[in-house]
Amino acid sequence: MPQHDVLVIGAGLAGQRAALAAASEGASVGILSKVHPVRSHSNAAQGGINAALNPEDSWESHAFDTVKGSDYLGDQDAIEIMCREAPEEILDLEHLGVTFHRNEEGRLGTRAFGGASAARTYYVADITGQAILHVLYEQLMKHGEVHRYEEWFTTSLVQDDDGRIAGCICRNIRDGRMELFSAKAVILATGGNGQIFNPTTNALICTGDGIAMAYRVGAPLMDMEMIQYHPTTLQGNGLLITEGARGEGAHLYNAKGERFMEKYAPNKMELASRDVVSRAEQTEINEGRGFPDGTVALDITVVPRKRIHEALREIVNVGRDFAGVDITREPIHIKPGNHYVMGGVKTDSNGQTSIPGLYAAGECACVSVHGGNRLGANSLLDTLVFGRRSGKHAALAAKGMAFPEPSYAQLHDEERMIAEIVGRERTGRRVSEIKAELGAVMDKHVAVFREEAGLQTALETVRRLKEEAKTVAIDDKGTVFNQDALGALELQFMLDNAECIVLGAIERKESRGAQYRTDFPERNDEEWLKHIDITLSGDGPEISYSDVTLTKWEPEERKY
Amino acid sequence: MPTYSLKVRRFDPESGDAAYWESFEVELPPERSVLDGILQARNDQDGSIAIRCSCQAAICGSCAVRINGKTALACNTKLGEALERGKDGAIVVEPMGNMPVIKDLVVDMDAVHWKKVQRVVPWLLPDGPPPEREYIVPAESMIDITQAMACIHCGACVGACLALEVDPDFIGPAALAKAYRFVGDPRDGQTEERLRDLAEDEHGLYDCTHCFACVEVCPKDVAPMDQIMRLRRRATSDYGIKDGNNGYGHEKAFVNIIEKWGTLHEAQLLPRSFGQGSLIRSQIDPDSLKQLIPTLPTVINGLKSGKVSPKKALIHPKLPDQDQVRRIFDEVHSREERIELNMYIVGESGPEEES
Repeated sequence: MPQHDVLVIGAGLAGQRAALAAASEGASVGILSKVHPVRSHSNAAQGGINAALNPEDSWESHAFDTVKGSDYLGDQDAIEIMCREAPEEILDLEHLGVTFHRNEEGRLGTRAFGGASAARTYYVADITGQAILHVLYEQLMKHGEVHRYEEWFTTSLVQDDDGRIAGCICRNIRDGRMELFSAKAVILATGGNGQIFNPTTNALICTGDGIAMAYRVGAPLMDMEMIQYHPTTLQGNGLLITEGARGEGAHLYNAKGERFMEKYAPNKMELASRDVVSRAEQTEINEGRGFPDGTVALDITVVPRKRIHEALREIVNVGRDFAGVDITREPIHIKPGNHYVMGGVKTDSNGQTSIPGLYAAGECACVSVHGGNRLGANSLLDTLVFGRRSGKHAALAAKGMAFPEPSYAQLHDEERMIAEIVGRERTGRRVSEIKAELGAVMDKHVAVFREEAGLQTALETVRRLKEEAKTVAIDDKGTVFNQDALGALELQFMLDNAECIVLGAIERKESRGAQYRTDFPERNDEEWLKHIDITLSGDGPEISYSDVTLTKWEPEERKY
Repeated sequence: MPTYSLKVRRFDPESGDAAYWESFEVELPPERSVLDGILQARNDQDGSIAIRCSCQAAICGSCAVRINGKTALACNTKLGEALERGKDGAIVVEPMGNMPVIKDLVVDMDAVHWKKVQRVVPWLLPDGPPPEREYIVPAESMIDITQAMACIHCGACVGACLALEVDPDFIGPAALAKAYRFVGDPRDGQTEERLRDLAEDEHGLYDCTHCFACVEVCPKDVAPMDQIMRLRRRATSDYGIKDGNNGYGHEKAFVNIIEKWGTLHEAQLLPRSFGQGSLIRSQIDPDSLKQLIPTLPTVINGLKSGKVSPKKALIHPKLPDQDQVRRIFDEVHSREERIELNMYIVGESGPEEES
């Protein structure tokens, strides 16, 4: 049985940062990922990472922008921590080798980003996530003492008799071997769940595994209704066009050629926060001022050509390869598309969940620093700051603790479960059919605009699909790279996520951040300045509330 | 909607059977990707088709395969275009070359690609402790190495590399591009050591044969071969590293011959290579002579087969407009700084225009 003081599940930015932080405290660390670490979805973060590093800027300003961006649902104590520690994090990354953009003096240079009152986004062209992910992986290669389990799929978390986390059960994708891992602490860093929506900017691996696994062992999920639709995604395939494009000066137009953001956010225009811009676009489209393909236009041609090549290189490729558009010469059609889950496993500012020994960091966690709406370029920051804090806390907590001895019974249960999936008659629906139906219903009813009847339809559909997912047909009977069987497990993770998202959206009878209820169009601080927590109990999901932590900033009207 | 026939190379390591071909018909618009086609086949027809894939946007680097014989990401190869280059109306999809196949389209990247990346000491090695704030470095230097940073480690170049086919120990295009990422980084304190190490390795810098296969297949325009050439230029021009494998001499010989004749004088290439570019040195330097002697059988074989004739060896005509060639050399030598092409600086090839 492999044993580690700290076991990290997921090897994107949060996971790798956590693993490195735990190792630097002297803990024995294992890091598991269902894909090779550099395949992680942190890659897709294009625009940059926020920090108030300039002497003229202040962490308070960054924090206030984040609080306002969150529509006052973010916990201000956690936001303060994130914004205070941001500059240090950027400098650490720079020292490790991230090739951040420089200004003419050779110092770190910034670009503007949405919802921010200062240009405080540090970046590497438009491959910031990839650049940081690869540098952290370089550090993992350097620090060989961190044991990497690449292409290992975690099926469930393991607790001891007292409910403390004791490890997890994983399947080695390459040979199908199931293994019980023992760990004093487990850090979930499994990322988001965008695959439950179609289309989405999220990769195929973003199936909410960690969120579902934590939920299944009784950890509360928080703010799950808060799903971000990014303002600039391609119609059809959902591919992302970075907010950096607007940060560099690109404009939005409707089909009548009007720069419509003048109506919705006269001060910040295209750089209002994402929920505001997405709602504006969707309103234009719904009211007949979009293009026939249900889009509006993003005009990047106003950005100097040289600057596009230097700073928006990846978007040139995406436009050319996936939309057939040369963005340096013509506008590209875009629409709001599923992008990010602000909610996740509820944690404190050290990443601790309510389950002793279980931590969560990054998109799968909800600290909550993003509240109702995440600001662009705050997600990378979230992964790094809280990844590091989780790793450090877990390593210190593990010191002096004896290794747990998890029972093999659960391993055998999981082995039987997978054997059943692989061995069953092929009479049920196909994984892809259920996934397609789920994606469509979520994008129809749980998107930019929501209302009771649609949400109820979504809930009924999700619950029916949960039943159908129990008997999906599997073609692959083998053990080596049986992606078919793992797809069936991911589908179940996704449906648990979806159920909680819809329940949260039904519960919150107001409009705040990404949750816009056409039947409750106003923000209601009297009743709803609180988090919705969802916990799995014997009978199913149970809803409770927790307070939003306010420190310096009283809720006020939100205008851009 | 058009129908496409995907001819997929299948291999199930558990069956005991050899690899075989299986065809799948998929219906998709021509602008959709080969990956979309494979996923449609997997979703609707056979869930056991194995392929790594995730982002579907050419960022994660999972889905490199061989399509109609050429390595590419399945997610950014359009079905319509793939069919045009296909055979007998089918799009042929195989696992990449140069790496062992695990199952169907999945290859063992660890055994080849990642092992080679690890070989180049792929992490920053600054001199001394970091500054209090950031390292202050020229903006261009960061943009310059961003081209190498743009590598997504898909392995397309490794799968296509012809030198690797001949010498499996060649460090290879991706890992050497990664090496340039550190050599070109002014924050790194081991530039010379890295260059010396890679030049001295007989499977290193000079194992590349300039075939351009990696440049052609790279989905992110990293142009690995260009990075290898920059490593060579740094090694020779900046540090005067003369490796024991005559890589330096061979390159120098090439350049000198072209400068003099305009086309390759094959009979002089070998001796000049041993003489660090000079024909005279190769004939008087005892070390070079020692290296020349074992090549005699090759020379004799060349004479026998008619590939080399005494006449050809002695007389090599200059190009009629050799002056033009020399002018290129003069132009390049007259510049104070080396000119390096970098996509993050010049963008797409094509006419310059003001915006």
